[in-house]
Amino acid sequence: MGKRTVIPFGPQHPVLPEPIHLDLVLEDEVVVEAIPRIGYIHRGLEKLVEKKDYQQYTYVAERICGICSFMHGMGYCMAIESIMEVKIPERAEFLRTIWAELSRLHSHLLWLGLLADAFGFESLFMQSWKLREQVLDIFEETTGGRVIFSVCDIGGVRKDISADTLKKIAGIMDSMEKELKEISEVFINDSSVKSRTKGVGVLSKQAAFDLGAVGPMARASGIEMDMRTQGYAAYGKLNFKPVVEKKGDCYARTSVRINEMFQSMDLIKQCIAIIPEGDIKVKVTGNPNGEYFTRVEQPRGEVVYYAKANGSKYLDRLRVRTPTFANVPALLETLKGCALADVPILILTIDPCISCTER
Amino acid sequence: MSILSMTKTLFKNLQHGPYTVLYPIKKKESFERTRGRIAISIDDCIFCSMCQRRCPTGAIKVDKANSSWSIERLQCIQCNYCSEVCPKKCLTMENQYTSPSFGNVRDEFIKCMNTQSLSE
Amino acid sequence: MGQQTIKMISSNELLAETLHLKNEGYRLVAITCTNKDGMELSYSFDKDYDFINLRFVTDTEEEIMSISIIYPFSFLYENEIKELFGVNIKDISIDFNNSLYKIPVKTPFKTKEGEK
Repeated sequence: MGKRTVIPFGPQHPVLPEPIHLDLVLEDEVVVEAIPRIGYIHRGLEKLVEKKDYQQYTYVAERICGICSFMHGMGYCMAIESIMEVKIPERAEFLRTIWAELSRLHSHLLWLGLLADAFGFESLFMQSWKLREQVLDIFEETTGGRVIFSVCDIGGVRKDISADTLKKIAGIMDSMEKELKEISEVFINDSSVKSRTKGVGVLSKQAAFDLGAVGPMARASGIEMDMRTQGYAAYGKLNFKPVVEKKGDCYARTSVRINEMFQSMDLIKQCIAIIPEGDIKVKVTGNPNGEYFTRVEQPRGEVVYYAKANGSKYLDRLRVRTPTFANVPALLETLKGCALADVPILILTIDPCISCTER
Repeated sequence: MSILSMTKTLFKNLQHGPYTVLYPIKKKESFERTRGRIAISIDDCIFCSMCQRRCPTGAIKVDKANSSWSIERLQCIQCNYCSEVCPKKCLTMENQYTSPSFGNVRDEFIKCMNTQSLSE
Repeated sequence: MGQQTIKMISSNELLAETLHLKNEGYRLVAITCTNKDGMELSYSFDKDYDFINLRFVTDTEEEIMSISIIYPFSFLYENEIKELFGVNIKDISIDFNNSLYKIPVKTPFKTKEGEK
């Protein structure tokens, strides 16, 4: 047995887009324990709900995260709508679903790029981000923002997508599917990529359940859990099945995310095929009173919004439990017993979003 | 077992040339809906301060006494909430971004009151 | 979407109720603390999309037993609540002693907006 050494990992590290600190306890080259520290970007957004009224907070909620921004706005709006018993128009529900699935697509593409970057495959990283650019252009054309859309509002959505644009999006999805197939081949079949991901950081089904893993992390270990099957927004009217893998290693997590991208493209096309005409927003008056838990499936997993209102225009409490927060224990578990050189890839496979985690 | 699986993509890219734009020389065209910056047609403004109250970041200041409207450009988050609540619809979102700057930029617009004094 | 079951319990029933849910195969989803007329703690559980909340009201004086012996990963939630709200949770499996968050400001943030 070798001597134990403690190596600080982060908060600044080339693989981390955002700061998180881990103290890695090593025995020779093998990690035996990891202790997390967070709080480098704690912004007090949950507390801000006492100062901004519930309509202004829609814009704050979107800024909890810079990648799954739309879904944060949507989750918050859904919580308030449930408290106020507002039923939003059907077209708005479909539009929300289209934007949500596009967000998932862009988030997973970003993640694929980062993964390629983590194991040093720079040109693959560029290819993934090149594809992502097309999605960002769709966002800019339909909402006006490339990352933060500000289209979700309590009672519906702010902007409509014209039939022509919808047709164009369906066309882009078709061409993108071909391009994605080309680069996903590299992630799935290339032997140099496989040697970095296959068998690394295995999380068994039981461990994933015991540690409360969510999202692609849980699905890669064989747990069939996807909040979209609960049928919020327009998901109830669409035809899809959660993507599940059995192995629970980095390779399985990569392939879950790749298959989810194809699924997202399919869902977008399904939405475009059956989207009904009609209003996109109902007028909301009065103040919310009551409490509600909403659960939404984000690219990273299940997110919980708890809103408690007291009848005034300021909410009492908004709690956001983000998927990364739930996946940190699973990450710590997979780190145990892995080699130091695999730590960056393992941290990346939970798709960490630290800004979300600390709010 | 597969190696060199990127080759096809790489040759395609070689033929196509760069996908990026040489920025300062060539600019990417913005879309009609692009949220660039807030503009005001100050002559229609009635200084009701609605935008100032609703702005999530407090970037807008309205001074009724001096009939001036000003916006802190770097504080503005381009959410378009002000132009939605404006009762006179004199605030609009332009699709051109503000140019980059080093310090805070406060753009002030003052309404010329001559026409009003004539009518009184 | 979904049922919103909220079960009011008292703070000393917490461990027994949690153990009961764990044995039935529930997963801990989140622990939420709301600072309104005392500290209101909600423990959310899920099993096949069935969503259950255990809730009790406490204050910062009372000692709350940690559920980390039943759900080991609850240590993150409990450390967060202990640090940011000042709820007195004891026996957490990995206790960070109010240093999970690396922030220069003094915690807990108990005061409401507008209060002293």
